[in-house]
Amino acid sequence: MITLVKSKLKTFIGGIHPGEDGKLLTKDRKEALAPLPKIVYLLMSQHIGAPCKPIVKKGDYVTKGQLVGESQGFISANVHASISGKVTDIVPWPHPVTGVKSPSVIIERTDEDSWTEGTNVETDIDLISSDEIKQRIQSAGVVGLGGATFPTHVKLTLPKDRPIDTVVMNGAECEPYLTCDYRLMLDRSREIIQGLKLIMKCIGCKKAHIGIEANKEDIYTLFKDILSNEPDIKVDLMEVKYPQGAEHQLIKALLNREFKPTQLPLEVGAIVINVGTAFVVYEAVKFKRPLIQRIVTVTGNGVENPQNFLVRLGTPIKHLLEEARVVSNIDKIIFGGPMMGIAQGNLDTAVTIKGTGGILAFKGTQQWNSHACIRCGRCIDSCPYGLNPSILSIQSEAKEFNLALENNVMECKECGCCTYICPAKRPIVHLIKFAKAEIAKQKAQKATPAERK
Amino acid sequence: MLNQVQDKSILIASASPHIRDTDSIPRIMWAVVLSLVPAGIASIFTFGYYCLYVILLSIVSAIFTEALILGVRKISVISTLKDGSAVVTGILLAYTLPPGVSWYIPVIGSFFAIVIVKHAFGGLGNNIWNPALAARAFLQTAYPAALNSDWRVLQHGIGNLFHNITEIDPEGNMVDAVTRATPLAKEAGAEAYHFTQLLIGSVPGCIGETSTIALLLGGAYLIYKRYINWYVPAYYIATVFIMVLILPPQTKTPWANNPFYHILAGGLILGAFFMATDMVTSPLTKSGLIIFAVGTGVLTVLIRFYSGYPEGVCYSLLLMNTATPLIDRFTKPRLYGARIKKA
Ligand code: SF4
Ligand code: SF4
Repeated sequence: MITLVKSKLKTFIGGIHPGEDGKLLTKDRKEALAPLPKIVYLLMSQHIGAPCKPIVKKGDYVTKGQLVGESQGFISANVHASISGKVTDIVPWPHPVTGVKSPSVIIERTDEDSWTEGTNVETDIDLISSDEIKQRIQSAGVVGLGGATFPTHVKLTLPKDRPIDTVVMNGAECEPYLTCDYRLMLDRSREIIQGLKLIMKCIGCKKAHIGIEANKEDIYTLFKDILSNEPDIKVDLMEVKYPQGAEHQLIKALLNREFKPTQLPLEVGAIVINVGTAFVVYEAVKFKRPLIQRIVTVTGNGVENPQNFLVRLGTPIKHLLEEARVVSNIDKIIFGGPMMGIAQGNLDTAVTIKGTGGILAFKGTQQWNSHACIRCGRCIDSCPYGLNPSILSIQSEAKEFNLALENNVMECKECGCCTYICPAKRPIVHLIKFAKAEIAKQKAQKATPAERK
Repeated sequence: MLNQVQDKSILIASASPHIRDTDSIPRIMWAVVLSLVPAGIASIFTFGYYCLYVILLSIVSAIFTEALILGVRKISVISTLKDGSAVVTGILLAYTLPPGVSWYIPVIGSFFAIVIVKHAFGGLGNNIWNPALAARAFLQTAYPAALNSDWRVLQHGIGNLFHNITEIDPEGNMVDAVTRATPLAKEAGAEAYHFTQLLIGSVPGCIGETSTIALLLGGAYLIYKRYINWYVPAYYIATVFIMVLILPPQTKTPWANNPFYHILAGGLILGAFFMATDMVTSPLTKSGLIIFAVGTGVLTVLIRFYSGYPEGVCYSLLLMNTATPLIDRFTKPRLYGARIKKA
């Protein structure tokens, strides 16, 4: 019945409705400047691809916006100083999501906070060339801010044989609790549209399509107003459903095109840009501002003052949690949203990176006991990628990796729908991740003797 | 403040997702229990209080057996018992028994359902057959006399009350009415029942199967709660309807050719809403479930028409339970984007 009423809204098949109460905590919290941290830890690997090489030494003084990590290779993105101060050390530091260590430039702040030479200058972009746009995006170290952190200039370098006809902009923000994109769209709508146009210009694409979830109707009206004279940029409301903002579901909803889980949107003539990315593209091109800060939603029942903070990259999350008045009995800290975010074991090392959209603090966390699968089939109905999570979880648990491979385990996007919905509370994603890691390991082992020949 | 948290290192580093739906196995099972209550109450009205003893005895022995076997298997007794699945099995088994059945039948049946059908295969989720149905089939084979001769007249004071209200008893005699096993009985001369009677349930039959209205009430609740899929009972019942229409008439008993009669009399409604919808023993995907429902419908009518049994719900469901792994194999979900739509 509900689906009938909502059938006007664009959407995809499968997915879940995790409820919107979490978003209410911070929906009306305008971006607040978090007090500057005393120390920042700038990871040289905040993106997908090769880590940067630090180009400063211990003892150097750096100013805000100065390049400190130079990108290595094509798939990589520059890292800039997010505060002005003295480089106190360069040490390996764990990535808050992957746990992999990469060198980190540690900067201790001085009172100075002005931009370094050559950055933060307004430029005229009316006649800018597409190469210049891409060059500015690249030097500003822009990556996808939706969480994937793929270097944007690489994304905009299209293979010749794959024409793109539509840039899809993701304004879904389907992860519960997070409102950083919502706030950005509300407060910086014009800049975001400018950024989108720059991206379209950069790749020579005439059409764009913006998808907004139906719980953000105010944004929809706002965008519609701004774009009233631009028939080539469409805006559509989509059903409130997770994972509406994932590439496959977004493109299905807006363009009605399907592609396999392991394929890229390029396959169907589209690229997907997050609204946050569009905003930093605008900043980078118009003002030559490197990516050194972003909005982070700090929320959950473990903080008394949930906020959308404008945060300098490399800020220790402890600093942010204190600002949001964290309570003493928290038992879970999550990097990212509640569906795909990573629980942190060590608060001391966790720092914000380019892909950090949310930090959730919870108290009284419920733990679930898992039961044997009761074959209810809900996980199958909810999997947006047409997998059978029930059988995958059973086969992964039994370490029958070959059978799991036959059932397309590698196509799982780890979106978490199956696990959310499972009444037997089976840790399906966890088991699938385990199987994928084991399969990758076995593959690597098999490959090695062959290479030696 | 935070250092304190750190020192005690109490941060839970569990895997994503970090939020879960509120539905759980206990919630589903207890909802099923609740949905079966109206049919139980109706049975007491029709057959008398002895039914309640049978139902309770069946539940208690199911719980007791479950506790025993959990102890033997060294599984947490209390938390598993709380999931309500033993209670569901107990009730369903009782509902398939004659109203006047001897006390040891539900006890043995529950024991068989829990020990042999459920736990010997690994417990809830791993069983191949619906425990209540398999136990019922076992009892039919092992204790035919007890099951076939115990349709005796009961202390059905309130049952008569019902009759007075509805005033649709063709014979005007409830005592005669409850002596036969099912309104589907094939003996020549067997009497048809009025549809109003079949809806209310004031007809002979097993304890929980006679009152269509009470069963539909429970079924509607489960569909509303999304604990069962509407299309399983819908396809099952529709298939029975069509099969009765298209098969050559069974002329011995004229009413036996009426498809509505086949739906309302006997165990079809109970089976369609509460047994065919058993998640554990039916296929996983929607297309699989539809095949399952249609197959059960076909088999039910074939058994009713062409076998010695008047009733076909139990055996057809057990057969389709057996076929479920096979159906699952042929109805795998389709990988997203496998058929690429070109732009
Ligand atoms: S986590 Fe994997 S299996 Fe589960 S719903 Fe998402 S894609 Fe499907
Ligand atoms: S949701 Fe859970 S219980 Fe239901 S089929 Fe999937 S794994 Fe099994």
